[in-house]
Amino acid sequence: MVEIVTSVGLPIDEKLMIKKNRIMPEGGDSTGYKRISVVTGIHGDELEGQYVCYELQRRIELEKDKLTGIVDIYPAMNPLGIDSITRGIPAFDLDMNRLFPGNIDGNMTEYIAAGIMSDVQGSDCVVDIHASNIYLTEIPQIRINELHEEKLVPLAKEANVDFIWVHGASTVLEATFAHSLNSIGTPVLVVEMGVGMRLTKEYGNQMVDGIFSLMKKMGIWSGEVAPVKKPMISKNPSDVSYLNATSSGLFVPEVKHGAMLAEGELIGRIVDPLCGKILDEVRAPQAGLLFTIRDYPIVDEGSLMGRILKEEVCIHE
Amino acid sequence: MNKKIIYEIKGMYRDDFRITGYEFGEGEESVCIIGNSRGNEVQQTYCCSQLVKKMKQLEEEGRIKSGHKILIIPSINPYSMNIQKRFWPTDNTDINRMFPGYNLGETTQRIADGVFREIKDYKYGIQFTSFYTPGDFVPHVRYMKEGYTTAEDAKKFGMKYIVERTVRPYDTATLNYNWQVWDTKAFSLYTNTTSKISKTGAGAAVMSVMNFLANCDIIKYSAIGEKKIRIFDDKELISVRTAKSGIYEPLVGAGDKVEAGTPLANIVGPYEGEVLETLYAPVGGTLFFIHNEPLTYANTAVIKILADE
Repeated sequence: MVEIVTSVGLPIDEKLMIKKNRIMPEGGDSTGYKRISVVTGIHGDELEGQYVCYELQRRIELEKDKLTGIVDIYPAMNPLGIDSITRGIPAFDLDMNRLFPGNIDGNMTEYIAAGIMSDVQGSDCVVDIHASNIYLTEIPQIRINELHEEKLVPLAKEANVDFIWVHGASTVLEATFAHSLNSIGTPVLVVEMGVGMRLTKEYGNQMVDGIFSLMKKMGIWSGEVAPVKKPMISKNPSDVSYLNATSSGLFVPEVKHGAMLAEGELIGRIVDPLCGKILDEVRAPQAGLLFTIRDYPIVDEGSLMGRILKEEVCIHE
Repeated sequence: MNKKIIYEIKGMYRDDFRITGYEFGEGEESVCIIGNSRGNEVQQTYCCSQLVKKMKQLEEEGRIKSGHKILIIPSINPYSMNIQKRFWPTDNTDINRMFPGYNLGETTQRIADGVFREIKDYKYGIQFTSFYTPGDFVPHVRYMKEGYTTAEDAKKFGMKYIVERTVRPYDTATLNYNWQVWDTKAFSLYTNTTSKISKTGAGAAVMSVMNFLANCDIIKYSAIGEKKIRIFDDKELISVRTAKSGIYEPLVGAGDKVEAGTPLANIVGPYEGEVLETLYAPVGGTLFFIHNEPLTYANTAVIKILADE
């Protein structure tokens, strides 16, 4: 059943509405059921989660009698952003993922954030699906703040991702959707996969399998589920090396995303189209997996072109 | 005056990105003044340009006391100004959320690092900045209540209002916050406008910086300043919020004194012109902030009042 979670009138003949679809066993009422919430579209230019929302529902519908709990789907947390190809909230130029927990007495954006928080709060698990940004492509991964590692890593292992990245706490991340909910005891897994403005069907299907696996574990799904991948897990900042551009130019990759690289291996070149010259050769500083690669070819000095997970971490337990 | 490049990045097709600074005097790094960090902060750059002009004159007249160096950087983000975009042209990041920066990081982290290396050892830091929502302010000086910068320091500007700000999590990556971490007494100067030039506002800003430099015994200048200064926490401002979205018709201006019950603004229906809502002053006081865009959203704090003492 489609419900309006929160809404606010816009100046000219339009209402901003945050919608969700609640799927639950036929004839049941919502009390006593476990609940999983699938949330996406906080950043309007990240669309990978759209396909997951559709495909998850399509597959539930095929075996609806196996559903034994509540699935809440929130496909568009930032509908104005999705509609206008804008990462943040249009007109406010604000990153929606820096507004949580919001404020019911605050301005429009804070009010919307507070409305979403109160609706999602209390879910037994929340999957917040992101798609990197328009510059970088990511393998399916879950990122976890070290403050919530103990509770979230076991859940994340059920989610069929390739990689779990436990990162350090940062004050500026305290205003994210995930942090705000995790801090009040609602577990949120932040998924990053694919690239902004595009769909990667293969990753979407992998994630849907992961959500079914989580549902099964939680007692929300009684049907068969596919076995999940055993993820690589990184907890140490030195596991990941960053490839930042040494000069502005055009980044031309020479390897594929997800390649296992030897130390010193050529990843790509930064070239100058005006003079036809190579400005820099980008080489792997350590052996490992190229889990992030730049998709948007123009770089400024400092732009991120990729990330490598060191070889030892890639070897599964 | 010594004009120098503070930081530079080679452009691909655009001219190189350059941050230019102006040094006056010689000796201890006494005061650093920063203009805009966002592309729409034109008034903030303009204020710095007027300061550069004034400092040039003071230097020529021998009125900068020996042993003091003053650095003015009118813009740390000319690239965004030139394309009229608030944040960084390619990835839309905010340089004023990247401090203290990182020299091996992404572009705006490198810019923040490049700037911060040059300015972190100054005794005092002054940044012209803007509020995150569009509006007109009563000019004032702000500092973060972290125990390092004090109201006594802020009084040296001779401005009528001093606002103390309680640090929020997102403040921790701003220039002002990091300056204090590195032992610089830091202030944010709010002039009356952001994307429009106000000559009067800029004149007042120049005067307040002159007062500050004179009261710190850095320049020879007869500081006047306000006799009666009011110091308050930013949480004391009383917000007047809209209940409706629509066309916004202000009936008052920033700085006006109002009594409780004074009509402040109408929210008008966009198609039929009916008054959807009239906002009234809940208390008597000074209108400290006023929204200045033609449209408004519901639940927006369009006016902030400083209640009478």
